[in-house]
Amino acid sequence: MDFDALILSRLQFAFTIAFHIVFPSFTIGLASFLAVLEGLWLATGRAAFKTLYLFWVKIFAISFGMGVVSGVVLSYQLGTNWSVFSAVAAPVIGPLLAFEVLTAFFLEASFLGVMLFGWKKVGPGLHFAATVLVAVGTLISAFWIISANSWMQHPTGFMTLPDGALRAVDWWQVIFSPTFPERFAHMTLAAYLTTALVVGAASAWRILKRGSDEEPRLALRMAIGMFAIVAPLQLFVGDLSGKDVLRFQPAKLAAIEAFWETRAEQPFHIAAWPDRAAEGNRFELSIPKLGSLITAGATAAEVKGLKAFAPADRPPVFIVFWAFRVMVGLGLLMIGLGLWGGWLLWRTRGPEYSRAFLWSAVAMGPAGFVAVVAGWIVAEVGRQPYVIYGVLRTADAVSPIGAGQVSASLLGFMGVYAVIFSVGVLYILRLIAAGPETEPPEVDEPPGNPLAAGTKGTPS
Amino acid sequence: MSLDLPLVWAGIIAVAVLMYVLLDGFDLGIGILFPFAASPAERDVMMDSIAPVWDGNETWLVLGGGGLLAAFPFAYAALMPAMYLPIILMLLALILRGVAFEFRHHGRVRGKAFWTAAFAGGSVAATLAQGLVLGGFIQGVKLNGKGFAGGPFDWLTPYSLLVAVGLLAGYALLGATYLIWRTEGDLQVRARRWGWIAAGATAALLAVVSVATLFVHPRIAVRWGFDGAGFDLATLLLLLPIPLLGLAGLGIVVWGLRQAHHATSLIGAYLVFLSGYIGLAVGFFPNIVPYDLDFRAAANADNALALMLVGVVILLPAILGYTVWVYWLFRGKVGGDAGYH
Ligand code: HDD
Ligand code: HEM
Ligand code: HEM
Repeated sequence: MDFDALILSRLQFAFTIAFHIVFPSFTIGLASFLAVLEGLWLATGRAAFKTLYLFWVKIFAISFGMGVVSGVVLSYQLGTNWSVFSAVAAPVIGPLLAFEVLTAFFLEASFLGVMLFGWKKVGPGLHFAATVLVAVGTLISAFWIISANSWMQHPTGFMTLPDGALRAVDWWQVIFSPTFPERFAHMTLAAYLTTALVVGAASAWRILKRGSDEEPRLALRMAIGMFAIVAPLQLFVGDLSGKDVLRFQPAKLAAIEAFWETRAEQPFHIAAWPDRAAEGNRFELSIPKLGSLITAGATAAEVKGLKAFAPADRPPVFIVFWAFRVMVGLGLLMIGLGLWGGWLLWRTRGPEYSRAFLWSAVAMGPAGFVAVVAGWIVAEVGRQPYVIYGVLRTADAVSPIGAGQVSASLLGFMGVYAVIFSVGVLYILRLIAAGPETEPPEVDEPPGNPLAAGTKGTPS
Repeated sequence: MSLDLPLVWAGIIAVAVLMYVLLDGFDLGIGILFPFAASPAERDVMMDSIAPVWDGNETWLVLGGGGLLAAFPFAYAALMPAMYLPIILMLLALILRGVAFEFRHHGRVRGKAFWTAAFAGGSVAATLAQGLVLGGFIQGVKLNGKGFAGGPFDWLTPYSLLVAVGLLAGYALLGATYLIWRTEGDLQVRARRWGWIAAGATAALLAVVSVATLFVHPRIAVRWGFDGAGFDLATLLLLLPIPLLGLAGLGIVVWGLRQAHHATSLIGAYLVFLSGYIGLAVGFFPNIVPYDLDFRAAANADNALALMLVGVVILLPAILGYTVWVYWLFRGKVGGDAGYH
């Protein structure tokens, strides 16, 4: 095996999966949001819901497309770059990945067509059913992939044969490994928060620029409801995840908190400069005893530090420490935004009259994406040097390929992703800037129909 | 009860890959034909004819790859690194053409022109990459035990290039015949012309590739009863229905083109692909990575295969059911729909 091929494959995997997760985080939430909008429209007949649906479904179509193409890359990359991992892990998590395709991907892809182009071909009830199926499909997909990932983080329900191969012995324990419920809840809530932040930002922007019409006002209120309920819930679930890390991955916890010594009454570091070479923090800003309290529930609890692990078994602490602080910091800001918005709803004429709130909502628009990527960095970099925790080291998981090929592919992905990301974001921002049409468009223009828009656009 | 699980799974994966080729084949074919359309409006109709279904079609590729990982992990772990560069090329090309569906109609002047080119270029590149993978696969993969032990460019030979060009012609044929079925008027007339050209090219290249395969790969030739000097008639006669199926398919294509029938040529083109597919399978079964890894040695643990089989038995009929329903929903001529104008 080629050492550089390992580093490059890791970089490529981190880059392509971080790119991918941006889109699921948004489409999982947006699909549910669209289902709610369509359901409310069918139930109340209020035109504003339909206008909002037709507006957000266009943005959904763009994001979903980018999610699909970047996802196909990942499913092949497990073989091109991590062939040893694939062969070792397949007896246990292979079925989980196959079930994701069978239960989720086909469902999403097929009913997406009906959702985007079937507006005239099926009745409203069936169209609503298609939207709901797409939303359910995104959640099923998250279920299986998070299940696979949870197993890699804390493998259970398997045994190792004499020749080193793995065998599943209890599928229930494989699929529902101990950290799975927390992770699945945390990821789903993260997706809902991410979407609510984008919807909130787009609506606030629209109100700031063009006054408060019915649609953006409605959408803003729906978004505030989500921040106010989901953001505190996320803190609670995240704390449960933290307790899992303490129990199952103590080295990761030590990295998250930059603890070096094993002791009771660990301080909590608000900021620090962890230094692997020096085995300590070059600088720290701390609150005494709080670290043990947050992580283990009591100031007197003894919590392991990084020095308790051999240097070769320690994860990169600087990245993990700071990624965690970015995630939690943004989570706290989201809670703040929810409280503020809730207070404005409850005590004042409404959030649309507070320019400070509207600008804050705009500023927080991208925060969900940043927090999601930061959270995954905590989880994945924190589990290093293992890819299957305690079972397979990342260094042993890589394909027998040369560095030259991996550099070429990495450059290719960076180039192509740079283009499609900037163009996709540009088109989405353009749609947001144009805003929902106040007049509901004619029904016979199916949402997201290339021709309907194409004939109006400029020919090429 | 003893079900031969690896054999069942070899069948399932073979069907998934075939489904992919038949369904995404016409999607990619439409991209290949994109530059030859007479006007932007015609290109819109071409894209519209596949817009509601392309994502579902591409999902068969994910099932092929993901299914291979889950059912034959050692084949997956050997083939993917062996075909590293063409697979990455295919993925990059599929990204560009996949996002073009949405991007093309949000673009303004330059944006739209760019995504029109990306759709065509991506389709051509993805097809060539798949052809290179196929060619490299037929040539065989160098293994050390179960792992890949070859070099980064083993797949690149005149033979694999020939296969790639052949696949380009074949997908163009699928695209053209699909368009004959789904469109009308000028575009349909043009699609018939494309169909003639693509059918000729496919027939010629299929013949050349078949002969080249016999000469370049003696182990396949032996399967067909060809020992380098002459044919063993008994073996050949047994397999003769396979090439005959291909010839019949070509006949149906030609007949459909002449009669200007709607879906006939597409069915003929499908028969041609089917014959090529079975013909290939005869060449290396039971190897799943030619020519040293057979499907039993590459298979996953029995308990994993059994679990997944339960899933497939329940889910695959449902998937096929709603796929057919979606196609049925969007049946009919694309250009003829008043709502599109
Ligand atoms: C929490 C959610 C989540 C996570 C962690 C991942 N994905 Fe994903 N993926 C989805 C949620 C999702 C989704 C919501 O189902 C997508 C995103 C947007 C979309 O279009 O479907 C999707 C699309 C998608 C597709 C295309 C499906 C199609 O053809 O329709 C593939 C092949 C993958 N993903 C594969 C992967 C792999 C191999 C991953 C990890 C190694 C991965 N995804 C992480
Ligand atoms: C979608 C959210 C995810 C993100 C953003 C993410 C991010 C990352 C990052 C940043 C690394 C690099 C760690 C390092 O090398 O230091 C990594 C490693 C890895 N992750 Fe994930 N991950 C995600 C989900 C998954 C899932 C669901 C799986 C598998 C089912 C997975 C499999 C792997 C593997 C095999 C590695 C090892 C390769 C490597 O070290 O780069 N990841 N991931
Ligand atoms: C508010 C306080 C939060 C706390 C205490 C918290 C806690 C955690 C912890 C401990 C992990 C690591 C789990 C592991 O490695 O095993 C994690 C991961 C993660 N976090 Fe957070 N989190 C918070 C907020 C957020 C927010 C606001 C988002 C996104 C909107 C988010 C998204 C994620 C994601 C995507 C992961 C990786 C997936 C996983 O392992 O569950 N988190 N979080």
